[in-house]
Parts: sequence; C-alpha cells; structure tokens
Amino acid sequence: MTTQEIHARLKARFNERIGDLAEGVDPSCTVEAQSIAEVCSWLRDEPGIDLTSLMCLSSVDLKDKLQVVYNLHSIKHNHKLTLKIELSDRENPHVPTVSTVFGTADWHEREAYDMMGIVFDGHHDLRRILCPDDWEGWPLRKDYVVQETYRGLRVPYAEGMNPDRGHWVSKDTPDLRANPPQRQEPDLEGM
Amino acid sequence: MSKTQTEIKIREKAEQTLPLEGRHGNNVIITSVDKVLSWARQSSVWPMSFGLACCAIEMMATAAGRFDIDRFGMGVMRASPRQSDLMIVAGTVTMKMALRVKKLYEQMPEPKYVLSMGSCATCGGPYWKHGYHVLKGVDQIVPVDVYVAGCPPRPEALLEGLMMIQEKIKREEMLGKKLAPVMAA
Repeated sequence: MTTQEIHARLKARFNERIGDLAEGVDPSCTVEAQSIAEVCSWLRDEPGIDLTSLMCLSSVDLKDKLQVVYNLHSIKHNHKLTLKIELSDRENPHVPTVSTVFGTADWHEREAYDMMGIVFDGHHDLRRILCPDDWEGWPLRKDYVVQETYRGLRVPYAEGMNPDRGHWVSKDTPDLRANPPQRQEPDLEGM
Repeated sequence: MSKTQTEIKIREKAEQTLPLEGRHGNNVIITSVDKVLSWARQSSVWPMSFGLACCAIEMMATAAGRFDIDRFGMGVMRASPRQSDLMIVAGTVTMKMALRVKKLYEQMPEPKYVLSMGSCATCGGPYWKHGYHVLKGVDQIVPVDVYVAGCPPRPEALLEGLMMIQEKIKREEMLGKKLAPVMAA
C-alpha cells in the first residue's frame, strides 16, 4: 500500500484530526497532539495497514513550537508513514505517551523528555535518561542556557589559559603559576 | 677424615675469623627499606579496570599481547577500586560520570595514583567549548599524577605514561608518608 493510500484511510477514519500529506523523502502528515496514541494504536491494529514498528521517535525545536516525529514502518507490508505533532506551548508541552502502543517508545520518550522537556502523559517511568537526574534545563532546546555549576563543578567553558598546565582550563581552577605547588626534589642518591 | 669433611671444617673456621663482608660471598646488598618497598611497589601496580570512551580501546590494546603491560607488572586489571593502585581515566568524563569517578577514587586504598589518558580526561577534549555535559579536566575532581596527550593516545604513549608512574613510585618514600589531603567538592 502506498503512503497516499494509508493517509487516505487514516483521514477517512479520523477526519479533521489528521493534516494533509506533505510529500518528501518520507511523506508525513500532522496529527492532533492529543490523538496521537489513539492514531498509533489504530495504525498498528488496522488490517491492511499493520504499522507495527515504531522505527524512531524524535523531537525537534522549531523555535516557535516543539515537534515530535514518529516514523512508523510495517514489517508485513514494507510500507512507511511519518507522523508529526506540534506543541505550541513551549513552557508546558504535554503529549500522550505511545509507549503503551509501541514498547520501543519507552526510552525514546525518555530521551525526548531529557533533551527537549516534552512531557509524555501516561509514561510509566518518565525521568531523565542521559543527563543526571538533578540537571537543570533542556539541553537540545534552541534557547538552552547552560547552568553555571553542577554540584560544585563548573559546567560551561570559561576563558583562561593555565600556563602551568599548558591547556585551556576553567577560570575557577586554581592558578598554579600564581601559587606554585611545593615540589619536593626526589632523592636520586643510590638509584 | 674425608675430603668433604675437611672442607667443611675449613669453611667453618673461616666464617668465624673472616670479617662480615667476606662471609657470604657476593650475596649481600645493602639498601634502605624505602627503596626495597618502592622497587616492589613499582613492579606491581594494579590498575582499575574501567574505561569511559574510545581511549579505553587503546588501553585494552595496551593491556593485550602486542604491547603487554604485564611486562611492567601492571596486567592485573582489578574490577574493584578496593584492590587497585592506579586509576587510568581513559575517556570523556561527563558530568554524570564525574561523581562516579570521584567516588571510585575515594574508594581506592592509599597509596593511589591517577593517570589522565587523552584530551577529554585532561581538558575536555573536543567538548571543551560546546560540550555542556563534559567536565573540563578530571583534575578538577581528583589529583592527577600523569597526563597523557592524544586523541586517543597510542598504546606507546600510554606505556610512556605508565612508566612515568613507575618512576614516580620509585622515587617515593613510603615510611612516614602522610596521607594525601581530601579534595573539596
């Protein structure tokens, strides 16, 4: 079945909740955010469509809004469909989880939450997957500002060459040239 | 009296009369206890078996047959910090990992040594400016003895660094040594 035919059936089933098909390398259509789990479930179970595999779940920062992209694939029929949802509320982006539909989505959604701050409602274990649990902010957002310190360690790079160590270091690292360490000359006698 | 018995008699007589230097032939050396301890310790440095990134691949190559750190008595990679003398920080130290690295270091018994392997561990490497998640130098959390440059360093470079650790151990005086101060943060 071609992507156009899948889209036509999807449109017939969900009507205005499905957007138009955008042609491209991977033809995609937008879906109303709150319906995504329902749509995915239908696409997975509908005979003749059988999009049983979630190949990838990605999140994109479009500056004025956030986007989540679902790449679906049918192993049985070898056809594909890409779904996109858009979240205009950057401060508080919520979307239903599809981890109940595709087990694969579990860690993908955790990563999207970790990097982009998208909250997947209904996810059974939504916590950071890459960054430390007490990290601040969402690193892959365009407006991300790196925190100054993390548990007393300086995070962002700061200008300043430490001549004693011969490489670039944080400005908070002690200046060894100003305060040279007391070196003990080793006793070479008898070696 | 047989010939052998005569020889024994002569030797016993000689041992009673000869000065100390002559009694045992060329089988006595005089040194300090410190030097013997250092000599023994430098020949059995046990590294901790952990790697953080691609540097670990080079570290494994160093440990394997072609380069073979067993020649230096360093082949006994320990899976526990409690049994380790040397921590080879081989790879990118992320902020998440930094806390673990520091904890591992604190679990090692004294005397302990740290080798910072590669650019990432030394100063953040390619993540030094835009890597929000990388610690810019493992020497901010643990005291480093030897830095090995490279990205990643070849096994020969790591061997050089390990031999510098050995040299450092060789020059140390263990008796009466004070414990290293605990670093803040």
